[in-house]
Amino acid sequence: MAVEKTMKITDETGVHARPATVLVNKAGNFASDVTVEYNGKSVNLKSIMGVMSLGIPKDAEIKIVADGSDEQEALDAIVDAIKSEGLGE
Amino acid sequence: MSNISGIAASSGIAIAKVYKLAVPDLSFEKKKVDDTQAEIERLNKALEISKQELEKIRENARKSLGDEHAEIFSAHLLVLSDPELINPIQDKINSENVNAESALDETANMFIDMFKAMDNEYMRERAADIQDVTKRVMAHLLNVTFPNPALIDEEVVVVAEDLTPSDTAQLNKQFVKGFTTNIGGRTSHSAIMARSLEIPAVVGTKTITSSAQRDEMIIVDGIDGEVILNPTEDELATYKQKQEDFEKQKQVWAQLKDEPTISADNQHVELVANIGTPEDVVGVINNGGEGVGLYRTEFLYMGKSQLPTEDEQFDAYKSVLEQMGDKPVVVRTLDIGGDKELSYLKLPEEMNPFLGFRAIRLCLERDDIFRTQLRALLRASVYGNLKIMFPMIATLNEFRQAKALLLEEKANLTNEGVKVSDDIEVGIMVEIPSTAVIARQFAKEVDFFSIGTNDLIQYTMAADRMNERVSYLYQPYHPAILNLVNNVIEAAHAEGKWAGMCGEMAGDSIAIPILLGLGLDEFSMSATSILPARTQIRDLSKEELASFKDQLLSMDTADEVEAFIREKTNQ
Repeated sequence: MAVEKTMKITDETGVHARPATVLVNKAGNFASDVTVEYNGKSVNLKSIMGVMSLGIPKDAEIKIVADGSDEQEALDAIVDAIKSEGLGE
Repeated sequence: MSNISGIAASSGIAIAKVYKLAVPDLSFEKKKVDDTQAEIERLNKALEISKQELEKIRENARKSLGDEHAEIFSAHLLVLSDPELINPIQDKINSENVNAESALDETANMFIDMFKAMDNEYMRERAADIQDVTKRVMAHLLNVTFPNPALIDEEVVVVAEDLTPSDTAQLNKQFVKGFTTNIGGRTSHSAIMARSLEIPAVVGTKTITSSAQRDEMIIVDGIDGEVILNPTEDELATYKQKQEDFEKQKQVWAQLKDEPTISADNQHVELVANIGTPEDVVGVINNGGEGVGLYRTEFLYMGKSQLPTEDEQFDAYKSVLEQMGDKPVVVRTLDIGGDKELSYLKLPEEMNPFLGFRAIRLCLERDDIFRTQLRALLRASVYGNLKIMFPMIATLNEFRQAKALLLEEKANLTNEGVKVSDDIEVGIMVEIPSTAVIARQFAKEVDFFSIGTNDLIQYTMAADRMNERVSYLYQPYHPAILNLVNNVIEAAHAEGKWAGMCGEMAGDSIAIPILLGLGLDEFSMSATSILPARTQIRDLSKEELASFKDQLLSMDTADEVEAFIREKTNQ
């Protein structure tokens, strides 16, 4: 049973290198598969190039999905990071 | 041996081995391999060494450039452990029986093409990041060095096409004895940085990267603008002597460190320094600067992914003001555009960036950016002797608008209960001929002028200072320039204001006597030029030089002016 959450990006420059780095590092701490979905495309959130390749701009709606043994912790950690980075809400 | 001439950008003599800061030859052959496991091992080893290097580079960037700049290397490190990149490379080696070089190249290029095809400018630039990282791995696969200033750990002379701001910021003075580049001039970024780091440099050699070989001996003569490769014993001896003489000369200059700048006929002028970061203040104090005449704030905005915050700026301004004590610090508000771009501002490309949307023009339209800087400056004003200067002012209205924004933010801060100094002088940089021509009108409203000669000369002569084919038109002693400068100084004095100069010209040994005679009050230059200038001025009579004024202003050519000054001052 995977868990997911939809968020809105509020950062002026979208998901650029610095916050993407934070998110990928965060995701790497968990055993679960973590993906991010935008514009109908889903990528591995443990992959910096995957995340950057989405080119997520300001005002984008993104969906974070975690699936695995520690899925809830993983999802919570990512959502927290997005908020504390001022990236989205 | 061979000698190459260039432009003397920072004085002194450096003798050391060549360290080439250039991308090595990374060409390879696509080959079939039998032992794919060994190939994957080779790839993993190259990835591992690249990671270790990047960690070192990141550490160094953190120290010399700050956390924000170091972040880009965190992203680079993540690319090297990205499963979406590494797995396909390994799969390719396994399934196609190809060597690691071609598997890396083909996989990375797929990603690079994908990023390049995106319609977001910022993402397109990320293609360069992937390119950068894969080049480093490729170099290790090919057993060649992929240089980086952070990896230098022995005494060298850096040889490069050009040096970027982040290259120069990472140069460790302990190991980097000097540098020389193919391109650039006295006023290019690399030259300015060399003088602030106080290391000898020769720029604009055109060919040094193709002539110099790794690890061979090289001499950089930043006094006369010469570079000698593979010197003979005789040459080595000559330059070691020259190096010693220069050190002795510096000691003589150093005796004037705490002396005021007084001409032979007992007239005082102020010798102050141009700086780019709070770290540069040490050099100003060590070289006896009587203040800061130009604090370029652009560095706070460059090499980042977003605008600096008000607090970040406040910390930098406060640090400079506190270090300088009660000595004046003239801060120039953001001068971006022209040759200095900020990727995150996404400014449209222009046909003539130097005549386009830059400096105060940008700040007045993007007043959100401008207000943040003004607030940071106003908050810092209580920590020292702050003067604020607006760049690229072309009309009185621009000055009035900028000043109105400053006063508005001052009122806002006061309402918020924040203390702001009440005697901040507000002046302008004079670098556009229109402003120099009607300096009289400006002088009634501004507190001071600072003449920015690098731009004033290129705008007056209509010659791009970066274009080597028209560089002969960059003539600081041209009578047209002298007339404009004189006009600004006279206008200031008529209203009881002061006039300074913060371009390269202010530290030039031919220009100094002219400017002293025209009555310039403040000379702002690279910190290392201050003591030589003070030494020179002590032997000059201001009154005598002033008597040449009419004659100089009516001369026909720059050559005539130069010859006249050389004769009168025995140069």
